[in-house]
Amino acid sequence: MNKKLFYLLSALMIVSLALASCAPAATEAPAATEAPATEAPAATEAPAAADQVEVFSWWTGGGEAAGLEAMIKVFNATDPNIEFINAAVAGGAGTNARAVLATRLQAGDPPDSWQGHAGQELIGTYVAAGQIEPLNDLYASEGWLDVMPETLIPLISQDGNIYSVPVNIHRANVLWYNPGLLEANGVAVPSTMDEWFAAMDTLQAAGVQPLALGEQWTKMHLFETVLLGTLGPDAYNGLWDGSTDWGSAEVKTALENYAKVLSYANSDSASLTWQDASQLVVNGEAAFNVMGDWAAGYFIELGKTANTDYGWAATPGANGIFQFLSDSFVLAVGAPHRDAALEWLKVAGSKEGQEAFNPVKGSICARTDCDKSLFGEYLQSAMDDWSSNTVVGSLTHGVVANDSWKTEIDTALGLFLASGDVAAFQASLVAACASSGPCK
Amino acid sequence: MTKDKDRFLNIILVSPSIVAVLIFVYGFIAWSVRVSLSKWKGLNPDYTWNSINNYIGLFNDPRFAVDVKNTLIFTGVFVLGSLLLGFFLAVMLDQGLRGEGFFRSLFLFPMAISYIVTGVVWRWLMNPAMGSRMSGFNLLFTNLGLDSLVNAWHTTPQWGMAAIALAAIWQMSGYTMALYLAGLRAIPQELKEAARIDGASEAQIYRHIMIPLLAPVTLSALIILGHMSLKVFDLIVAIAGKQLQLDVPAIYMWQATFDGLFYGRGAAIGIILLLSVAILIIPYIRYTLRTEAQQ
Repeated sequence: MNKKLFYLLSALMIVSLALASCAPAATEAPAATEAPATEAPAATEAPAAADQVEVFSWWTGGGEAAGLEAMIKVFNATDPNIEFINAAVAGGAGTNARAVLATRLQAGDPPDSWQGHAGQELIGTYVAAGQIEPLNDLYASEGWLDVMPETLIPLISQDGNIYSVPVNIHRANVLWYNPGLLEANGVAVPSTMDEWFAAMDTLQAAGVQPLALGEQWTKMHLFETVLLGTLGPDAYNGLWDGSTDWGSAEVKTALENYAKVLSYANSDSASLTWQDASQLVVNGEAAFNVMGDWAAGYFIELGKTANTDYGWAATPGANGIFQFLSDSFVLAVGAPHRDAALEWLKVAGSKEGQEAFNPVKGSICARTDCDKSLFGEYLQSAMDDWSSNTVVGSLTHGVVANDSWKTEIDTALGLFLASGDVAAFQASLVAACASSGPCK
Repeated sequence: MTKDKDRFLNIILVSPSIVAVLIFVYGFIAWSVRVSLSKWKGLNPDYTWNSINNYIGLFNDPRFAVDVKNTLIFTGVFVLGSLLLGFFLAVMLDQGLRGEGFFRSLFLFPMAISYIVTGVVWRWLMNPAMGSRMSGFNLLFTNLGLDSLVNAWHTTPQWGMAAIALAAIWQMSGYTMALYLAGLRAIPQELKEAARIDGASEAQIYRHIMIPLLAPVTLSALIILGHMSLKVFDLIVAIAGKQLQLDVPAIYMWQATFDGLFYGRGAAIGIILLLSVAILIIPYIRYTLRTEAQQ
């Protein structure tokens, strides 16, 4: 009898434990179907205690994490009463972090603020899902419209609403070159596509590898600079708002230019990271490389000297144009600590915050009034360009196209790399714009 | 009476895992099927009925065609290579050579390594750089005077997948060897001896006695290797990153869902993967269950 009771009790315990552990899972699934954030009015969910702020990012290592730490220090000094919770998730270029963030948002548990590439990567994903708040009032009260380039604002806005605070700026359209190789072969730094082709012909004839290229995303990076260099800034911007036809003859010329540029690249590009490819230039094994200006930080790390081991210019056909990308912070709809999150965003957009972050990260301020003496040689020249050039956005790094569209373009590009068929490439780019972009 | 009580108790005791499997395996399969029939694109769930349009889209998708082609190449090279090499190693070890235990462990060790580690090592070995930057196998071949063997490995157009399969063969042929070795040891010596007395050559013994008797082992190995190759993901990402030339359905599923937010399409790829694995596995499970019941 005793034994029977014991069995019964233990069986009951196991069942109840199992039910208890199943319960959250069972309720979670329907919760995800309710699209929580779209209806949640932010103001009514005002926090009980505004003494902490949770900020989500994928800055967990290197200059990025150090830069974030420096900015947190500034925040702690300005707002000593608010506890900063650093909810960073590790993983290359944010792939893991974004999957975690998507899960939290679908479960209705947003962090107060999170990091994302400024532009359509944020807008196409989170604004479309009703999960971030416009920040126009903050821009007005902090006077940021006066200190950030005029051409930047439309690129981080949708329907007149500004959705994020950019803390840093990187330049995508940089042509890195080896000054020694160019000089030895009597080649000047090219400023148009035709000059570039002529230069690469000369180098190839002399037995020099003209162009260093890496894995697939670096080819998309090269692609956007060739689009910009061939079409010019207005038509390039038009690609992304639907006013330039992807099926036009100009785009066809750009694609043919791109195919031609690829023919000068190293044969083992598919197995090289961007670091491997950039390193070929400073080691004198290739003459040119197109890469964002984070390469400057890498060259310094390698102990190379600016203007002797490596030189830089705007990519051909894009002089006076700054193709940018930027990390920025947003305000969540239904942020648990909305006031504290606003305080954080004020620091992220402030001169002090950006001056603390950027020299460590190796980027320039989104503001044009930062102290130049804090920055290295390359970055100082980038700061001059940032405050004077026309600003356009990067495709590879999330400014101009939403994630779905970008993935479709990436697929079209990958198929083109295998087939070399320009007409099919153009047709799939037209289809991508129609299915995921603004084209009808 | 006591038997009934035991039965009741048994059911109570396994019920938690049955409930968990029902929810977390079959529940989520059902949910994925539902998502694959929806128009869900973007962060917010959207269960608008889309019929089988996601599946039709995939069959017209040139990228999915590349994935299928790559999977076929990988499966063919990997399964055949592992079976042949595994069988060869097992036959060699079965000859009663000295230090058998040592070699057995040696050949089995690669299986203990994760695909990511294998991928990183083979990425270096199969470096396709030419000229002064040559390294890995290509450098070895050049130094040995075997210049004709120097090649672009996984960056070879069309057939790059076969190079990835080489790394997988290295990893899994030891496991296939272990399967075959167990099979060989289970064959009674009397059969071999009888054949020898009848005047059969060693080759004839393998051809007409050993290989037919090993058929169940070959089938098991085929199923295990086959379903692994359909799901291959980490090895390719470790060797080549996300490059369309070496795309497979699992990578496309990941990119479509988490990079492109095409949840409907991603779920459809997942269901196709599930079905293709099921076609391979279910007849095998039925076969084993039936033979076990007979014993």
